[in-house]
Amino acid sequence: MSYTKRDDGRKFDELRKIKAKVGVVKRADGSAMFQMGDTIAIASVYGPRELHPRFLQNPERGVLRCNYDMASFSVTERKKPGPSRRSTEISLVTEKALASVIDLDLFPNTVIDVFIEIIQANAGTRCAGISAAAMALAHAGIPMRDMVAAVSVGKVGDKIVLDLDKEEEDFEEGATDIPVAMTARKREITLLQLDGEVTKDELMEAIKMARKGCEEIYKIQVKTLKEIYKNG
Amino acid sequence: MDNDYIISLVEQGKRIDGRKFDEIREIVLEPNISKNAEGSARCKIGDTEVLVGVKMDIGEPYPDSPDEGSIVVTTELSPIASPEFELGPPGVQAIEIARIVDRGIRESKAIDFKKLVITSGEKCWILFIDIYPINDSGNLIDASALGTLVALKNTRYVKEENNKAVFGEFTNKKLELEKTPITITFVKIGNNILLDPNSKEEEVAEARLSAAVYNGRIYALQKVVKMGKEDFERLRYNPIEIAKLEYDEGVLPITIKRPLPSKK
Amino acid sequence: MTGLIMNERDIVVPGEKIASGMDYLPGNGTFREGEDIYSSQLGLVGVNGRFVKVIPLTGKYTPREGDIVVGKVVDVGFGMWNVDIGSAYSAILNMRETSEFIDRGADLSHYYDFNDVVIAQVTKVVRYKDVNLTMKGQGLRKVKGGKIIDVTPSKVPRIIGKQGSMIKMIKEGTGCNIVVGQNGKVWIKGERIEDEVKATEVILKIEQESHTQGLTDTIKNILEGKGK
Repeated sequence: MSYTKRDDGRKFDELRKIKAKVGVVKRADGSAMFQMGDTIAIASVYGPRELHPRFLQNPERGVLRCNYDMASFSVTERKKPGPSRRSTEISLVTEKALASVIDLDLFPNTVIDVFIEIIQANAGTRCAGISAAAMALAHAGIPMRDMVAAVSVGKVGDKIVLDLDKEEEDFEEGATDIPVAMTARKREITLLQLDGEVTKDELMEAIKMARKGCEEIYKIQVKTLKEIYKNG
Repeated sequence: MDNDYIISLVEQGKRIDGRKFDEIREIVLEPNISKNAEGSARCKIGDTEVLVGVKMDIGEPYPDSPDEGSIVVTTELSPIASPEFELGPPGVQAIEIARIVDRGIRESKAIDFKKLVITSGEKCWILFIDIYPINDSGNLIDASALGTLVALKNTRYVKEENNKAVFGEFTNKKLELEKTPITITFVKIGNNILLDPNSKEEEVAEARLSAAVYNGRIYALQKVVKMGKEDFERLRYNPIEIAKLEYDEGVLPITIKRPLPSKK
Repeated sequence: MTGLIMNERDIVVPGEKIASGMDYLPGNGTFREGEDIYSSQLGLVGVNGRFVKVIPLTGKYTPREGDIVVGKVVDVGFGMWNVDIGSAYSAILNMRETSEFIDRGADLSHYYDFNDVVIAQVTKVVRYKDVNLTMKGQGLRKVKGGKIIDVTPSKVPRIIGKQGSMIKMIKEGTGCNIVVGQNGKVWIKGERIEDEVKATEVILKIEQESHTQGLTDTIKNILEGKGK
């Protein structure tokens, strides 16, 4: 039952290698790429722009719309293009994970659209998508009260680990996957899902570990966002 | 105002981005951009960027071609790439791109479908070619076709066991490409023909022509909106001359099934 | 600890603390929470007396009162026009804000029609959303012909240059009539298309290389035809 060593040699509380880039989609108002290990997400933001059809508009505040999609070739067995129940759910939780930090009441009747495409998948795709989307929103100049970073934590065998890869998710003796998104400044959890089984104490330990992971991701987000203007 | 501007510029022999009429934007190709794909590539033409992935699976040959495998090309025009795209099933533009890419490969016989057969009439490989534009700054067609070519060029077979594909396990066997047809797209603005249109030019173009060419031969054509005889003359591109002959005979179809003889 | 935590012209991301304590007041692109002032946008910190603000570096144009903007008429309504100025909402030009007297009930499209390009001034902004324009003022007018190019609004000062030195150089070097809107829309009209192409090229170069040293000389050389 014991999981003593991670396949890729990481420490149990160590993130995979992260790469981030801003401005990857020229036509978008803001965009970012976020890579964690072998998982790559691209996010683009359009808006605030007028929301059509009109009956969807909210005169009190703007609407955030997120759409998460996996490229058919991002996984080992081809995923049929188009939305699925899974992607619809992830789009929804992504929206919830990000909406609370955005000053949506500044833009009544408008929509801010976030599109996420996973082009290579190796676990933690929704988290990579959220981290990319938060950067893309900032890059689009959207007024926000905070940044959001996300990482998956979980239990592999008997160990609590940070940032599970696909092999760990599929660990034959059982693995529990807990995607967590957190705001950087207020340290509020905006996404928490769990697939598997853990004790209360284990969950608390996992969240603590996720917090540490999110802080590291946040640092990379900040560095990447600032870098593009270093010379400006 | 913008549209008139582009048109008047073209009349004076110029393009908004400073290119010559027959000048293509810088092309950047990057193979193997996605590890789980059997083959993949990124193709950039100027600011236009397209990702292409190839996945393989085992299926049954079509009854009318028991000794051939097949390809399935799909394009997803996700709104990630342009404020003009919308969510939903592939629309006309997406289907057209997929069809043009499909035809370019099929008609040129870039892939020998016979080599994809495992057991005659029973089992064959099917190649799924999926195209994802990431940024649309015009001419997605050529970027998609070129990206597809590069993705196919580095496609490796997955393992096969008891007539089933073992996904995620790759073999050393590479997909063989018999030919490498390049698709080139022109648009007509006023009385001029422009190669590799940017999105503004696409907007004002009265007509568009895409041709898959290899070694001086045309393998597939896609023509949108009626083009006059003189338009083809102005194309100057050698193989197009042949298309003109077809046109003169009044038979220029959407698809030219057979390779045409090359006229030097 | 109270006072400024960030310095003027520091780059901040949303949620970063800029100042602490009540000595400072939150301006555009910032918000107060408790005793502290935080950035709400990716941008540069600006300090003006007790006010701290963040000047956004990216994103859509945020209208400010007094800005001269280049806009396109997108709708002719009752007693007013809607003008696209590149921000999240279209701006409103009331018929009373035009330079000539318009009779009630007159056909407004006779004055400014759909797709017309206007140089206007922002008179009032209420919470990003309600933006009012005027055509009363020097240089404010409808323009005919020429072209519009889009640049990032934050790069506008660089294109204009110190006391308008850069834009003056471009105008003289190309012979073009140019209006740089604070909203990042630039209207260019020249005698010849070549001149407009040249002006476009130069302006886009400034936008791209706004951070580089010796930009003025580079631009001067291009305008004088001495290489790229």
